[in-house]
Amino acid sequence: MKVLMFGWEFPPHITGGLGTACFGLTKGMKKQGMDVIFVVPKAYGDENQESIRIVNASDVEIDLRTKEYSSFINQITYIEVNSKLIPYVGEDDYYRLINEESSGNFSYEKEISKRKYEFSGQYGTNLLLEIERYALVAAQIAQDYDFDIIHAHDWLTYKAGKAAKMVSNKPLVVHMHATEFDRSGQNINPLVFNIEREGMMAADRVVAVSNYTRNIVIEKHGIPADKVFTVHNAVEPNDKKDEKTYTKVLGEKIVTFLGRVTFQKGPEYFVEAAYKILQRDKNVRFVFAGDGDMMPKVIRRVAQLRIGDRFHFTGFLRGEEVDKMFGLSDVYVMPSVSEPFGISPLEAMRSNVPVVISKQSGVSEVLQHALKVDFWDVDAMANSIYGLLHYPALTQMCIELGKEEVDNLLWENAAYKLKLIYQELLK
Amino acid sequence: MKTLCFYFQIHQPYRLRTYRFFDMGIDHHYYDDYQNQYLAKRIAEKSYLPMNKLILSLIEQYGKKFKVAFSISGIALDQFEKHIPEVIESFQALAKTGCVEFIAETYGHSLASLSNTDEFEIQVKQHVAKIEALFGQKPKTFRNTELIYSDDIAEMVGKLGFKTMLTEGAKHILGWRSPNYVYKSAGEESLQILLRNYNLSDDISFRFSKQDWVEWPVTADKFASWLNQVPSEHQTVNIFMDYETFGEHQWAETGIFNFFAALPKAVIEQTPFTFATPSEVSKKFQAVSPIHVPWPMSWADEERDITAWRGNELQDDAFEKLYSLCETMKEITDPHILRDWLFLQTSDHFYYMCTKWFSDGEVHKYFNPYGSPYDAYINYMNVLSDFIDRVNKAPKTKTTKK
Repeated sequence: MKVLMFGWEFPPHITGGLGTACFGLTKGMKKQGMDVIFVVPKAYGDENQESIRIVNASDVEIDLRTKEYSSFINQITYIEVNSKLIPYVGEDDYYRLINEESSGNFSYEKEISKRKYEFSGQYGTNLLLEIERYALVAAQIAQDYDFDIIHAHDWLTYKAGKAAKMVSNKPLVVHMHATEFDRSGQNINPLVFNIEREGMMAADRVVAVSNYTRNIVIEKHGIPADKVFTVHNAVEPNDKKDEKTYTKVLGEKIVTFLGRVTFQKGPEYFVEAAYKILQRDKNVRFVFAGDGDMMPKVIRRVAQLRIGDRFHFTGFLRGEEVDKMFGLSDVYVMPSVSEPFGISPLEAMRSNVPVVISKQSGVSEVLQHALKVDFWDVDAMANSIYGLLHYPALTQMCIELGKEEVDNLLWENAAYKLKLIYQELLK
Repeated sequence: MKTLCFYFQIHQPYRLRTYRFFDMGIDHHYYDDYQNQYLAKRIAEKSYLPMNKLILSLIEQYGKKFKVAFSISGIALDQFEKHIPEVIESFQALAKTGCVEFIAETYGHSLASLSNTDEFEIQVKQHVAKIEALFGQKPKTFRNTELIYSDDIAEMVGKLGFKTMLTEGAKHILGWRSPNYVYKSAGEESLQILLRNYNLSDDISFRFSKQDWVEWPVTADKFASWLNQVPSEHQTVNIFMDYETFGEHQWAETGIFNFFAALPKAVIEQTPFTFATPSEVSKKFQAVSPIHVPWPMSWADEERDITAWRGNELQDDAFEKLYSLCETMKEITDPHILRDWLFLQTSDHFYYMCTKWFSDGEVHKYFNPYGSPYDAYINYMNVLSDFIDRVNKAPKTKTTKK
């Protein structure tokens, strides 16, 4: 079975979880005997191609005289980017985006006559324009390559997926890694919402990363339930052979929040829970590992509660720094307000750190050995953290069984579920 | 004549309220009063009261030909006295008929038999006193919490003067032998053991309303025909179950009450069985052989072991911390602390921490007020931490110091 996949990023050039998820999934698909042609807007040449073949959309020549394209060309319109459009955006890009937005300095060039498009493959202000062009190139790719099924990851690639379907008449599967509701709460960007909705309506099957996300697209996007399937994400096994042990200097317990400090991630609930714990146990430190637009608000609240001496702000962490942070942590907390999946608790558990996660997350559906609370229930959150800090039998059990549980969440199982969905479509 | 022995278990725990770590040292009230009262009332109305009424009318109808036995935990009796005294009154009415035997157990429906001999004795005596005071009969038969049984426990029970003890007819203990005989304890020869016939018991308590079961629907006549298949040399069929089977686990709509109402007539007229209470069965038959049970067993789950309460590190930790207080508790006189000591020993708290139901056991989920065993453990440990603190600070009598 040959799958033509449209993504927006691929390791090592990633800004967040989308690229990681695509990488894991395609590796699993290879193990399940599927061939994947993975298209990204901009390939750098150093992508890991062990399981798949990468196609660089920037290299594709298109012939504008072909009839099929005219309809797309007419659809290309410039739309101003004015919101946080990005799934799993990293801190750097987030700030860059904000800055670009505030500078108000963008221009639209009519480059339709060109035969190749140079994509940035980023999440900048020309994003919507790039999406349209990506669709044009997708149509060309769909003509040039041989495949059985089309699979598009997140709204950025849905137009490309639709174009490829139109040209090739092959079935289209779209994959919801995050919805506009997760990114923006109730203040959604209608343009993005519409692209999401139209992509899902045009698709033959919709894959959601959790039942939580599945319910959102059924209830809020109005997608018929019988074509939406849940395929939970997984996590790559820990390939680090010699795990370093990090010794703690202070002899105090450390509770960690790791991720974007934005509305979606619920950082303020973490602060309130920390306050409750510190009133009873002064021997705990709380770490914010991450950055984001809620940072000033969070810092002010910490100061207001007079617990600044117990809080540490590390900024955005990468690679080995993340491992080190997990190595130092006694408890990992993910208080997300809305989390389509949430891969970071799995990474924590893989590093032998017990976790407290919000019930408003997709990952809570696949974990049994995590403590689950409602994100708004600060008392319960504090109580769970306190339990993990004070009752060793609990901590030990969550670590041991949690590790076992995470080690069994394999991408090839996710790929197998996907394969069944494909097979049913191709019947 | 073969005997048919019906015994019903009645127990309601004091469920804990959501007790946060920041309540520790400030608030010493541990119980979800609303929930406990609500559930006790609901179950009394759906099950205990209508069933008591039915049994009373059956006794009035059949006289000495119809008999049953009850074991009611001390803390269930406490809750009835406080919230629904009519339940106590209806049991008293049954006691007066002379056709009902009341069985002894641990007052707190506890797991003390697995930990501390002294504490076990204290609670059994406490329960015996309560039964005597309420129902005017001194129990001669004993059943342990969840029918937990072992040679060691049998020894303790024998020493307390009981003649009969009930437990599960577990396959791994019996092997080829049948539960339909009277046995005796391997160590305590004077203690006769009655074993639950789990097939016929579960036909009523679990399978009665299972419409996908080939034997559905179960009628009194059908049940009598099953009894007739019991080989003639067998002595007794012991049907033990939760009393809530009637009206709660099996709703009234399933016909469970009608089934039971018709059962005495069918048994008396169509079978060679006579109804008898546990001590009557025990008196009537000689034990055929001793049973050896080196490791504790129970009537729970497929395994019939004690892993529902002592199966993981959470349960072991909570259990050991709780029972490490036994010696200190002997010096405590504060009635509130003594009361909480009993309530916290109730086996249900440990049952809620069971992780077995992650994979199987709808039954476990059904009884569990917590979202996960981890939540159950944290909540219990918060309460226990506060309790231990109170025990340590409470005034002690020096009399029992060795």
